[in-house]
Amino acid sequence: MSTTAVDAKSALKAQFPAVTDRASLDWPAVNVPVAEVVAALKYLRDTLGFDTLTDLTAVDWAEGASPRFTVVYHLYSTVHPGYFRVATDCPDDAEPAVPTVVELWPAANWHERECYDLLGVKFTGHPDLRRILMWEGYPYHPLRKEFPLAGIEVPLPDAEIAAETGTKVLPAPMAGGPFVASPGEINLTEAEPRAKDESWNERKAKPE
Amino acid sequence: MVSPNTELAYNSKIEGEVVVTRADAAINWIRTNSMWPMPMGLACCAIELMAVAASRFDIARFGAEVMRFSPRQSDCMIVAGTVTYKMATAVRRIYDQMAEPKWVIAMGACASSGGMYRSYATLQGVDRIIPVDVYVSGCPPRPEALLDALMKLQAKVRKEHSAKNLLSA
Repeated sequence: MSTTAVDAKSALKAQFPAVTDRASLDWPAVNVPVAEVVAALKYLRDTLGFDTLTDLTAVDWAEGASPRFTVVYHLYSTVHPGYFRVATDCPDDAEPAVPTVVELWPAANWHERECYDLLGVKFTGHPDLRRILMWEGYPYHPLRKEFPLAGIEVPLPDAEIAAETGTKVLPAPMAGGPFVASPGEINLTEAEPRAKDESWNERKAKPE
Repeated sequence: MVSPNTELAYNSKIEGEVVVTRADAAINWIRTNSMWPMPMGLACCAIELMAVAASRFDIARFGAEVMRFSPRQSDCMIVAGTVTYKMATAVRRIYDQMAEPKWVIAMGACASSGGMYRSYATLQGVDRIIPVDVYVSGCPPRPEALLDALMKLQAKVRKEHSAKNLLSA
């Protein structure tokens, strides 16, 4: 049980020949085929001591890329402190789906719901795969690359209140691009969140 | 011979224990000095809102210290924080449950305009779903700024034609 994180990688590769190395700047990382991902994670948890799932997320490699979605698991070991990263490519680019790991880590439940909500990756076998941040019935997955930051016009979540107020979910005015703070700025007035490109706004068109 | 009136204050012997005023003035005086807030704390502005209620800034000096978490017992909704579209429907529903007369303070940049959250998830100003009386700038505003907003709202309420509105309702 007292293997180090690097040993764990060779042990995993010995157990699962289809596992390949993944470029990483910090902790050991591997690519695992989607058919073996649950078995590999179970092996990492039970045999190699990576007992904690610290994060579960996905990467969108943008429209046209194949594989388009990669699900990434970040594991932590309390036995021999260290992290381990497992990535698996979703086989279908249009309807990405991977098996759930809720049976291995109950903590994966909300992570997978968030991943489904924001990126549209389905987790087959998940006990309760509903949206967690956006409201039920929202038609898009906002963290996908083709989704604009400002949003897309849709009705308000509540039809009664939409009728009462006559308002909708509208794209946010993005004049000057995203409004971000300048953390390194000494002048506090300049450090306030603001558009970084003030050459255009709602009334003045963006220069080409 | 008419003697000059030197009585500057109320004298029950002269007035016969009657105070004369206008209905508007009396109603507005009552309303301005016990404006119970509905603390709609949605983000970091709510922390400043708590500071306003605490001893250093003490919103009790203006008669608005009774933060009611029931909309049916409050007069003034203080929207303190970022209003997401998912929360917006709840904010509107709570506003609808407040009894008349009711007022709204939009506290901070997010509640007033969406603030820095120019994003798909954020309502760009709470005035798109409920009528706002006073906007407070700041991210978050200082407690003094919220006290100033309350005083501005009180000044606004003092000018309302309350008696006429009550009789015509």
